[in-house]
Amino acid sequence: MSILVNKHTRVITQGITGAAGRFHTLACKQYGTQMVAGVVPGKGGTQFEGIPIFDTVEQAKRATDANASVIYVPAPYAADAIMEAVAAGIELVVCITEGIPTLDLVKVKRFMAGRASKLIGPNCPGIMTPGECKIGIMPAHIYRPGPIGVVSRSGTLTYEAVNQLTQLGLGQSTCVGIGGDPIIGLNTVDILKLFNQDPATEAVVLIGEIGGTAEEEAAEYIKNHFKKPVVAYVAGQTAPKGRRMGHAGAIIAGGRGSAQEKIAALRAAGATVAMSPAELGSTMKAVLGARN
Amino acid sequence: MFLGGAQAPAPKNISGNLLHMNVHEYQAKAILGKYGAPVPRGKVAATPDEAAAAFEFLGEPQAVVKAQIHAGGRGKAGGVKLVSSAEQARSFAASLLGKPLVTHQTGPEGRVVRRVYVEAASQVSRELYLAMLVDRKSEAPAIIASAAGGMDIEEIARTSPEQILTEPIDITIGVAGFQSRKLALALGLRDRQITEFHNLLGALYRAFFDTDASLIEINPLVVTSEGRLLCLDAKMVFDDNGLFRHPELQELRDPEEEDPSEREASKYNLSYVQLNGNIGCMVNGAGLAMATMDIIKFHGAEPANFLDIGGGADAQKVAAAFKILLSDPRVKAVLINIFGGIMRCDVLAQGVVEAARQVGLNVPLVVRMEGTNVEQGRQILNASGLKIIAATDMEDAARRVVALASSK
Repeated sequence: MSILVNKHTRVITQGITGAAGRFHTLACKQYGTQMVAGVVPGKGGTQFEGIPIFDTVEQAKRATDANASVIYVPAPYAADAIMEAVAAGIELVVCITEGIPTLDLVKVKRFMAGRASKLIGPNCPGIMTPGECKIGIMPAHIYRPGPIGVVSRSGTLTYEAVNQLTQLGLGQSTCVGIGGDPIIGLNTVDILKLFNQDPATEAVVLIGEIGGTAEEEAAEYIKNHFKKPVVAYVAGQTAPKGRRMGHAGAIIAGGRGSAQEKIAALRAAGATVAMSPAELGSTMKAVLGARN
Repeated sequence: MFLGGAQAPAPKNISGNLLHMNVHEYQAKAILGKYGAPVPRGKVAATPDEAAAAFEFLGEPQAVVKAQIHAGGRGKAGGVKLVSSAEQARSFAASLLGKPLVTHQTGPEGRVVRRVYVEAASQVSRELYLAMLVDRKSEAPAIIASAAGGMDIEEIARTSPEQILTEPIDITIGVAGFQSRKLALALGLRDRQITEFHNLLGALYRAFFDTDASLIEINPLVVTSEGRLLCLDAKMVFDDNGLFRHPELQELRDPEEEDPSEREASKYNLSYVQLNGNIGCMVNGAGLAMATMDIIKFHGAEPANFLDIGGGADAQKVAAAFKILLSDPRVKAVLINIFGGIMRCDVLAQGVVEAARQVGLNVPLVVRMEGTNVEQGRQILNASGLKIIAATDMEDAARRVVALASSK
């Protein structure tokens, strides 16, 4: 078991002929993911490495019975690509593209209201169930199948955490990068709810960062509903107020959204917080050891 | 800027956040005026003579001369003055122009005033607060309003949050009449003012959407002695990610207001924030970059900067980033921390070697690399003959760089 993606997931790449689309579609295919179609307007009928290309997501879905899509199209066209996938009834849409205007995401979220599709990202590394399905840009060789769920607002920091877990012999059930923008698809709590129901996930690594209230909301959910151990880290303990730290969403506004507040909320909810990013894996090991 | 919806705690620091691209007050007022928001008549001036001419041009008995810098708190800092003659406008402008103005938002070094705005003076009977921003909780633009305008909104949010009202906007509708009435009544507006207020909100909303703004702040919005609404001050901040579709806004960028290192970094599409420590950091990914700052602090030292070189950096971009780091005289040691997913370690290594050869490496350099093509990357660094300390992991890297920076 796992959440959201597994060996049966059938994936369309939107923007399969761009540099990122080509490179990562191949890498995901080599990993064993079922990359069943590509979509590029105007290139329908051609193919890439044996993967058929269609003009629209609707055509691609009809021909291949795909149930997920991954988006690499450039930022100016990415919102449209998400809506196209949602309108075609794709169950899971993963948007890797960074730099999408915030108001485009406002429109996308309004468009998605009342529709069944789920969105991961944008501005994220993607989602991976080790040994079964990799959708996105993460370096596959550091992942191993196992019992730890990972949810993160950051890409490379997720790799850091996964690498530590793997080196300590702790494999992962599913790893989800939810993205660093102010407005995103599935949020930390949405992913925690899925991990809560997933028998293959025994514990969760939660990687947050400054800005917004996602970690506080996660803490509230953990306190009231979450049944499994959580090890958390919040990036940006040393970030100054009022400065955006790379991610559009990572900013401390007037003391709200600071790492200190988030750490306190997570601790009060019963999560174990690693103060150093180098201690994520060892902290999880200790938490699991104490439990068994 | 990010608050939690209608019932959530009030925003504490709406003003003063460097979220994205800022413009000057006179530029914001020109944009809002174009959309139909009531703004005072005014003229911008870059010299004392121009300020005097602006006073004559306005032809009013009194005008206000306001320093134009990208920071709030100008009034309290002495950057705003009521004048009654062209001569007064000239001499006040002369006292401001070319000199730094220090406000509570500028830091102790202040910001050099390069322009003043000369504006028709208004008789004010009441001051209100009005803002529009993207609310993360409702995932939509929201209106923030308070009857306690003109004052420090952060202070009001702290002491009496109930005085701050939040109204999210449904983007399929825009600002609905009932929302304007509700807010107007709460602000103590009546009769014709309610219609004026609704029109103002409509103007702000259209300007917000059309320009990909991330913040519009009117503080204060005033009721004049004649009972009319007027935007006495205005601040606009734009979403950098939306700028590609607004070439006219890109021209409003004022490089003089930006930190030189940050300006240089933005040329190469690098995300750089200057900090106060002595360890230069170069990292790929914003989260890992913040975590790298944290782990330096965790080991008792301070980072000199936040620098995210992004996912697909090439050797040239890496070299540019490295030069920016070394140009900071406070930097006593450099830590490069790369977890290569898209970023290839061999490309990184080439960029570092190239840059170090060009500018000369006179501080210790600790490199921690992991991920794609890491072996090739290590070989390039080893073969370079440069004095580079290879770290095994993030913990090891932090410990080494902190020791090196403090031993000097």
